[in-house]
Amino acid sequence: MSFDVPDELRYLESHEWTTVADDAVRVGISDFAQDELGDVVFVELPEVGDEVVADETFGVVESIKAVSDLYSPVSGEVVAVNEDLFDRPELVNDDPYGDGWMIEVAPTDGFDDLLDAEAYADQVA
Amino acid sequence: MAERSPPLHGVHEARGAKFTGFGGWAMPVEFDSIKEEHAAVREEAGIFDVSHMGEIEVAGPDATTLMNRLTTNDVTALDPGDSQYAAITTEDGVMIDDTVVYRLPDGTAAGDAAADLTADAAGRDLDAGEGDPAYLFVPNAGHDEAAFDRWVDYRDEHGLDADVVNTTTDWAMVAVQGPDAADALDDATTTGRVVDLSRFEATTAAVAGVGSWVARTGYTGEDGFEVLCPAGDAETVWSAFDVQPCGLGARDTLRMEMGYLLSGQDFDPEEEPRTPYEAGIGFVVKLDTEFVGRDALEVQKEDGVEERFRGIRLLERGVPRGGYAVTDGDLTRIGHLTSGTMSPTLAEPIGLGYLRTEHAADGERVSVVVRGEEKRAEVVVPPFLDR
Repeated sequence: MSFDVPDELRYLESHEWTTVADDAVRVGISDFAQDELGDVVFVELPEVGDEVVADETFGVVESIKAVSDLYSPVSGEVVAVNEDLFDRPELVNDDPYGDGWMIEVAPTDGFDDLLDAEAYADQVA
Repeated sequence: MAERSPPLHGVHEARGAKFTGFGGWAMPVEFDSIKEEHAAVREEAGIFDVSHMGEIEVAGPDATTLMNRLTTNDVTALDPGDSQYAAITTEDGVMIDDTVVYRLPDGTAAGDAAADLTADAAGRDLDAGEGDPAYLFVPNAGHDEAAFDRWVDYRDEHGLDADVVNTTTDWAMVAVQGPDAADALDDATTTGRVVDLSRFEATTAAVAGVGSWVARTGYTGEDGFEVLCPAGDAETVWSAFDVQPCGLGARDTLRMEMGYLLSGQDFDPEEEPRTPYEAGIGFVVKLDTEFVGRDALEVQKEDGVEERFRGIRLLERGVPRGGYAVTDGDLTRIGHLTSGTMSPTLAEPIGLGYLRTEHAADGERVSVVVRGEEKRAEVVVPPFLDR
């Protein structure tokens, strides 16, 4: 089985992705991660204005069978939260890089420590 | 210890199943999606590979006595083709495992059932057997060796005359469950009639030409059948059903909605020692029979239990899970959960666990502690679904 790994994103080994931008980046979990979890039934996310720290937990995603911590790929202030996921957590399964995004962060550091698409694709191959 | 694989492992792999370790077995946890598999069983039918369940055969002049001494139910109530749910308890009345006990036709030799019983499946008269009583019981995954030892040790200690054989690897077992299960079985049965069976009744029948022991039993709350067939014929039987394949994930959510116990999780002699009365299955305890644990259970029945197995429904966002504390809503602990999930049928977060008796009434308001935060919940006497 092969998983979708968009080229323009950066990834953590723990399967979160981030867009790359100076002002605000979007964060979510990868296609591989949503497939491993199975049916997502609950997400717990920070609030707008909270600080997140790279490689530290920012929330929780739960599927029917498992609970997983979410790790932030970047440090910065949360500027938006995808509240659609509270009523429709299955968006994480249906569209992990689109409507299933989780938070937007105003990043304070760079993206150098993250995996590029090629490296992440190798990890989940 | 090496992981055991069911005979159908390759078939499941080819179908794209995800696997999980359970009771020492590599079993499919999910074929497509737990939600889809769960819905198929509630609305139509699904098929499960449950070959990780153990099989122990017991036969001989003292087979009935041996079975009755080591299980809490009354084995003497069974005629050939009947089955019953029972607990296996310690001297203290603590549950080691739960099981289903089948009475086989008289004269069936222990260890031969998979070969002999299924050989002439055509409309066999189960009452026509001659000879000593014979039983097959089904311990949970990974419990078969301990159950075998327990039976042999008790037999030898008490000088009983019965053969005991662990035939777990001789058998494969598939469960076909759901409102359409009877139609599916009827279509797949080439000889013998299984749709006339009542609940907990079993018979011999040929499924896709394979002689099998077919019982109207299950673990989902729906109508359904469990088919025991020789391990080598598993693929023929499995392939005879054109219904949704289901993994252990859906099996777990289905049983949780019904409040059925999962051995090793909702009770466990080490981690979660519970008696059948605490676990809500007092109906399988027959105090007028003589069994290991009987005296302790008689005392508990008179004294009453301090904690009871109950369901909870979370009234806030979140998912209850095994291990979470239950409080009175004011930080005083009144119990804990042993299982929990988002119920696919109800689309509500549900849990199972043990609550202090004074907080165990249906509708009682309690809280579940989710990652350090008390979330409002109400007590539900299981099942969560009317079935």
